[in-house]
Amino acid sequence: MKRVQFEHSSIPYLFIAPQILIIFVFFLWPAAQAIYQSFLLEDAFGLSSQFVWFRNYADTVFSDSWLQAAGFTVIFSVLVTFLSIGIALLLAVKANEVIRGASTYKTTLMWAYAIAPPVAGLMGNLMFHPLIGDLYKFLNAIGWDFDHKLNAFDAGFVVVLISVWKQVSVNFIFFLSGLQGIPKSVTEAATLDCKSPTRRFWTIVFPLLAPTTFFLMVINITYAFFETFGIIDTTTRGAPGGATNTLVFKVFQDGFRGADLGGSSAQSVVLMFIVLALTVFQFRFIERKVHY
Amino acid sequence: MQNINWRLISTHTILIIGVLFMSLPVWVAFATSTHAPETILRNGLQFWPGGHFFETYNEVLFVEGGVMKKVTALAMLKNSLILGVGFAVGKVVISMLAAYAIVYFRFRLAVPLFWVIFMTLLLPLEVRIIPSFQVVSGLGLLDTHTGLIVPLIASATGTFFFRQFFRSVPDELLEAARLDGATPWRFFVDILIPLSKTMIAAILIIMFVVGWNQYLWPLIMTTKEENYTLVIGIKQIYQILAEGGELPQYQKAFALTILATLPPVLVVLVFQNWFVKGLVESEK
Repeated sequence: MKRVQFEHSSIPYLFIAPQILIIFVFFLWPAAQAIYQSFLLEDAFGLSSQFVWFRNYADTVFSDSWLQAAGFTVIFSVLVTFLSIGIALLLAVKANEVIRGASTYKTTLMWAYAIAPPVAGLMGNLMFHPLIGDLYKFLNAIGWDFDHKLNAFDAGFVVVLISVWKQVSVNFIFFLSGLQGIPKSVTEAATLDCKSPTRRFWTIVFPLLAPTTFFLMVINITYAFFETFGIIDTTTRGAPGGATNTLVFKVFQDGFRGADLGGSSAQSVVLMFIVLALTVFQFRFIERKVHY
Repeated sequence: MQNINWRLISTHTILIIGVLFMSLPVWVAFATSTHAPETILRNGLQFWPGGHFFETYNEVLFVEGGVMKKVTALAMLKNSLILGVGFAVGKVVISMLAAYAIVYFRFRLAVPLFWVIFMTLLLPLEVRIIPSFQVVSGLGLLDTHTGLIVPLIASATGTFFFRQFFRSVPDELLEAARLDGATPWRFFVDILIPLSKTMIAAILIIMFVVGWNQYLWPLIMTTKEENYTLVIGIKQIYQILAEGGELPQYQKAFALTILATLPPVLVVLVFQNWFVKGLVESEK
C-alpha cells in the first residue's frame, strides 16, 4: 500500500462503485443463483420446483457420465499443459539463441495468440474432415485406423492437438521474455564453467525460469479447463459417447441442451470448489517451492 | 568450428518446424478458401491459392444469404468490432477507476471490497453461465450490446493490473500534488493517466483480442442473426456443414475463419511490442 493516501470519506466509493455494481449484478447474484438452484429439482415443464437438498449433487456428481468427464478433464489438462509448455520452451530457447532472423521467428511463432479457440477448432475440424481433411487421410495412409467420430482415443487426440496448437504461442511469449530477462553476465559465467549446453540449460537457465514455468502451469490449467470450450464445441462436441466431455462443456450441455437446471447448477458449484481448491493449492504449496 | 555449425543448423531446423506447425494450418485454410467447392470436394485441402478469391470473399462479405441465412460477414465483422472495442474500453475505464480508489485512498470498506473484486478471478463466466444468462434475460438485456459486454467486464483482471502499476508509481508525486492543492480527480486526470499511457495502450490491445474472441457468452446471449459476431458465425457454419447438403461450401467456412482471424492478428502484429509488454507485465 501507499505511504501517502488521500483521506476522503465518499470519493473513493464513487471511483470503485461501477466495478462493484457490475460485480454484484453480473457476478455475485448469478453465483448465488447457481448455489440456490443446485438445491432445487424442477419438474419436466419447469413450472414448479422442489427443494431437494443435496440430491442434485448426488445424482450428477456420482453419475458415470460426470466421473467420465472429470477423468477426461484431468488427463486432457495434464497433456495440454505439459505438451504446450514443453514445445514452447524448446522453441523459446532456440529463438533466444539465434541472431539471424530472431525477430521473424518471434513474430511467426507468437501471432497465433490472436486466434480464437473456436476458430482454431473449426480449422482443425476441417483438417480432420473425413471427406477433405488431409490429416485424416494422412493418418489413415500411414496405417493408423483413424476415426475420431467413433474412436474415443482418436477424438481425444484431435482435441488435445488443437488445444496445444492454440496455446503454444502464449507460453512462447512468456518463456522468451523470461529468457531475455536473464542477465548476460550469468549466462557468460555459466559458459566458462560448463561446456555442455544441455547441462548449462538444466542447471542454470531452467531454474531461473521456474517462476515463469509455474505461472504458466496455472495459466495452462485454467485454459484447459475453461477456454477449450470453443475448441470442443466445434470439433467433437464430447463425442463419441461423452468421451471428450470436459467438466465445463458438460455444464453447458446438461444445462442448455439437456435443460437440467438443477443438475447443471450442482455441477457449476462443484466446479467452483475445484477452482477454489486449485487456487489455494497453488498459493499454499507450489509457490513456496519455487525460488524467485 | 564444425561443431558450432551443426548446432546452428539444428536450431534453425527446430525453429522452422515450429513456424510451419504454427502457420501451415492457417495458410492451408487461406489457400483452400480461394478454390471452388467442387475442387475441394474432389481434391481435398489446397496448398496453393486458387482463382476464386474474389468470388468467395465477395459472396461471404457482401451478399445476403451468402454465408448465413441473411446476415453478411461484413455485418458480423461490425458486431465483432463493437464487442472487441466496447469490451476493451469498458474494462480499462472501470478497472482504472477501481484500482485508483484501492491504491490511493484510505476508506473503511477498502479491504472487504478488495476481496469482492479478488473473488471474481476465481470463477470464470463459464462456471456460472446459466444463472448469468437468467439474470441478463431477466433485465431484458438479451440481444443488446450492454447485455453482451457488461457481464464480461465483471471479472477483475484489469483492476489487478492497474493496481500493480499504480503501486509502482513514486509516492513523491502524490505528495507534490497535494502540496499544490490538487484534488483527487485532478491528480488522476493530470498525473496518473498521462503516466499510464503505454500501459493503457497495452491493456487495450490485449482486451480487444480477448473481447473479439469471446465465444460462449455471445453464443447464448444472441438469438437474432443480425447480432452474430464472426466467432459466432463460425459456430453456425459448423452447424451448416454438419447438416450437409448437396455441395458443402467448405471454401466459405475457410473464408470465415480467415476473416475472424485477420483483425485480431493484425492488431497483435502491428502493436507487437506494446502487446508483449502488456501481456508479460500484467501477469506479474
